[in-house]
Amino acid sequence: MKINVNGATHDLGEINPRTPLLWVLRDHLSLFGTKYGCGISQCGACTVLLNGEAMKSCLYPVSAVGDAQVTTIEGVAAKDGTLTRLQQAWIDLDVAQCGYCQAGQIISAEALLRKNPTPTDDEIYAAMDPNLCRCGTYIRIHNAIKRVADENKSGQNGG
Amino acid sequence: MSTLNYDSVNEITEFFTRQAQPDYATQNAHIFKLDRRQFLKLTGIAGGGLMLGFALSRARAHADHVDFNPSGYIKIDSEGITLYAPNPEIGQGVKTSLPMIVAEELDADWTEIRVVQSEINPAAYGQQYAGGSTAIPSNYAKLRQAGATARAMLVQAAAEQWSVSPSTLSTELSQVLHAGTGQQLSYQELASMAATLPVPSSENVRLKDPKQFRLLGTRTTGVDNEALVRGEPLFGIDVSLPDMKYAIYQKCPAIGGTVQSANIEDIKKMRGVVDAFTLEGTGNGNDLLPGVAIIANSTWEAFQAKRALKIEWNETNAAKDSWSAARKEAARLAQEPATQIANNGDFDAAMSTGTATSRGFYEYHFVSHAPLEPQNCTAHYKGDSLELWAPTQTPSWAIPTAARLTGLEESQVTLHQMRCGGGFGRRLYNDFLFEAAAIARRSKNPVKLQWTREDDVRYDLFRAGGFHQMDGCVDDNGKVTGWRNRYIAFAPGGRPANSMSGGVFPGGLVENLRVEQTAINWAHRCAAWRAPGANVFAFVVQSFLDELAHAAQRDSLEVLLEVLGEPRSVGGGRRGRGMHTGRAVNVVKFAAEKAGWGKELPKSSGMGVAFYYSHAGHIAIVAEVSVGGEEDTVTNRSGENVIRRKLKVHNVTVASDVGPIINLSGAENQVEGSVIDALSTMMDLSITFENGRAEQTNFDKYRIMRASVSPAVEAHFIDTGEHSPTGLGEPVFPPLAPAVGNAIFAACGHRVRTLPISEEGFYLG
Repeated sequence: MKINVNGATHDLGEINPRTPLLWVLRDHLSLFGTKYGCGISQCGACTVLLNGEAMKSCLYPVSAVGDAQVTTIEGVAAKDGTLTRLQQAWIDLDVAQCGYCQAGQIISAEALLRKNPTPTDDEIYAAMDPNLCRCGTYIRIHNAIKRVADENKSGQNGG
Repeated sequence: MSTLNYDSVNEITEFFTRQAQPDYATQNAHIFKLDRRQFLKLTGIAGGGLMLGFALSRARAHADHVDFNPSGYIKIDSEGITLYAPNPEIGQGVKTSLPMIVAEELDADWTEIRVVQSEINPAAYGQQYAGGSTAIPSNYAKLRQAGATARAMLVQAAAEQWSVSPSTLSTELSQVLHAGTGQQLSYQELASMAATLPVPSSENVRLKDPKQFRLLGTRTTGVDNEALVRGEPLFGIDVSLPDMKYAIYQKCPAIGGTVQSANIEDIKKMRGVVDAFTLEGTGNGNDLLPGVAIIANSTWEAFQAKRALKIEWNETNAAKDSWSAARKEAARLAQEPATQIANNGDFDAAMSTGTATSRGFYEYHFVSHAPLEPQNCTAHYKGDSLELWAPTQTPSWAIPTAARLTGLEESQVTLHQMRCGGGFGRRLYNDFLFEAAAIARRSKNPVKLQWTREDDVRYDLFRAGGFHQMDGCVDDNGKVTGWRNRYIAFAPGGRPANSMSGGVFPGGLVENLRVEQTAINWAHRCAAWRAPGANVFAFVVQSFLDELAHAAQRDSLEVLLEVLGEPRSVGGGRRGRGMHTGRAVNVVKFAAEKAGWGKELPKSSGMGVAFYYSHAGHIAIVAEVSVGGEEDTVTNRSGENVIRRKLKVHNVTVASDVGPIINLSGAENQVEGSVIDALSTMMDLSITFENGRAEQTNFDKYRIMRASVSPAVEAHFIDTGEHSPTGLGEPVFPPLAPAVGNAIFAACGHRVRTLPISEEGFYLG
């Protein structure tokens, strides 16, 4: 079986097709940014992009990926390593505490902003409620997304 | 009843509970000495002293100096300046804030510094742990000293090079400057020469006047932020070694049960399974419980094999815990006098002469730590050595037991501390690490042990539930004159978890005060959970004080300030960590002023105030809420019918006095996070037990708060310049629940006395 992750095609050989995408990423492809938190699609730590849509990968069988493009947190920055404005906002606003949920949070925010570059507060909440943060960094997560949304609104998107 | 030995669990818990309630030790002075001994026994390590690592290889020649230690906090070499963060990072920010203290005194250019998590080295760093909000207060002086000492040596090196007096030189941004000639040399250029100099003794090193601080007190972003947003492997769960296998460990769902039989041979035949075997367990509730280990080629194959396990458990000695039975017993015990912990004045006389009395039965449920990274540990046993990679809060304490379980000497065990995906006290206990060590001993390959979320909740060391029968009175002037706190604790292994003391608020503040304690025997492990003791006692005592204020028909803020009274130390405190009512009054007044206490509020809205002192921090919170109308009737976890009502928490104003702030961004983050964690916990978090089993094991039933119901949080810090800094990971948590509860009463006249308050019908909207 083959899947496309972060722009590269990976041959998974004779993998059990029911293996959740999360564990394929972590154990087979050594992409550790996507996290295991609950295994029942409740916490969002395992969120990845599937053709640009946020998808929890802990219950998603690898066989269902097919030709879809999978993007993990490792594939969010540009190929040359340049961070997105969203990632930079996360750094500047010092969002993380333990940081464990933050990859999933950034992926969910990324999916939102790709569809809707200028979300309202309520639209941000609706998009982000699937992602738990046990440390309680919700206020900063919201502010980081808001910063990018505000930049998008005023057209100062820095390219 | 479980026959597991909980001595080791209880020692750790009691150690950290005392950090939350410093008065506990002062009221019982002998305990502190005992505590010190226990601490050393527990760890088997005595460390300490000044550490300073400086251009390591060259400086070794001077190792005869008493203050010198060749492994430490600072390294300056051809790659630049490296600072070593000694304590585990669990989200409290010490990987950033501790090196900031060194950098401040060193006058190093923070933007050019590399921060590295240090190895475990008791000789160099003393005890390395993350708990009790102690990292800042216990490291502040020695980290300043380390930075200042290194700076003095660099200045001396420059002075010798330029043949000038050191007093004519200054330092800035990793440079030594000579104002007279305009010459400057970088720390890197000076490092080799400085390394040949003797290390000055501490009395010859001058620390900065805090007014000159350039870095401390600023908003400084986390040193791992970029690695985190790129998804780089930082956490224990991200460890990967060549030829590594993946392990799971199935224990009895009722703690204390043993393996009677298991379908081991069937499991071994499963695809991807490498090995499966039974482990006996040691009988110690803090290391290895009995169970079945499975080693597989991948995590998911290990999980699948776990699902296929068929184990017959012997539950003769397993937990029989029942929450519903415990509630009934508590209701009965509340009516009987219990053991007196403190008895000041004459409570009975005060009650008989009081003009108004109040009475309330408070209850709080068990909760789980539930750090988002489930417990895991990677272990490599090679016959004559054991190497461990673990997200643990107490790395220093793990090595002796890991050595014992693998038949090795402590010197043969190496432990690498990994970033922790949350701690909250769970990782003070290293049972997961000991399991990994025991499993690795049976494996040729390195193994990564992974707990499922269900394992993580079910085999947590819980924050114990509890019950309080509260009685109190006020006199003719509406002054609180009588207070009785009858506490019904849970006692795992026969020792009460979260033991009470006479120093718990309002100890030393109310004239006629009686504290009583009794306990219900319990089998599940209970332990330190963020702000242990304080996290529940604050809710009870600050809510009940509000009850008395209303009984006296007085303003809650006015009564709280009156109870705190004139500025003075209460209970004395240990190591200067006691509560001071002057600091308490300051934060209460500050929070009230910032929140606009007394202002006109819309209908069905209200404000509540609460104060609590824990972990040497004086914290006041004012919450502003609104409560919706009565909705439908639902059945709560205890089988009672309650009416649902929507609660909205609009604003939370927090005033903290924890001395000077090290990293303002980190401090604000801890305040915001503590408020949200405390709100989440008070709203709906509960673990109930029946038939010896936890009834909630994952986030579908253990519902942590979501982002959209977050309140606005204002964080204010008071620093009078008279105190050294203390920790902020825990003390903001305790006063949040009573502030919100008191605000609910102000909004709608309903007194919440149960945590979580979803038991009384409230939900966040």
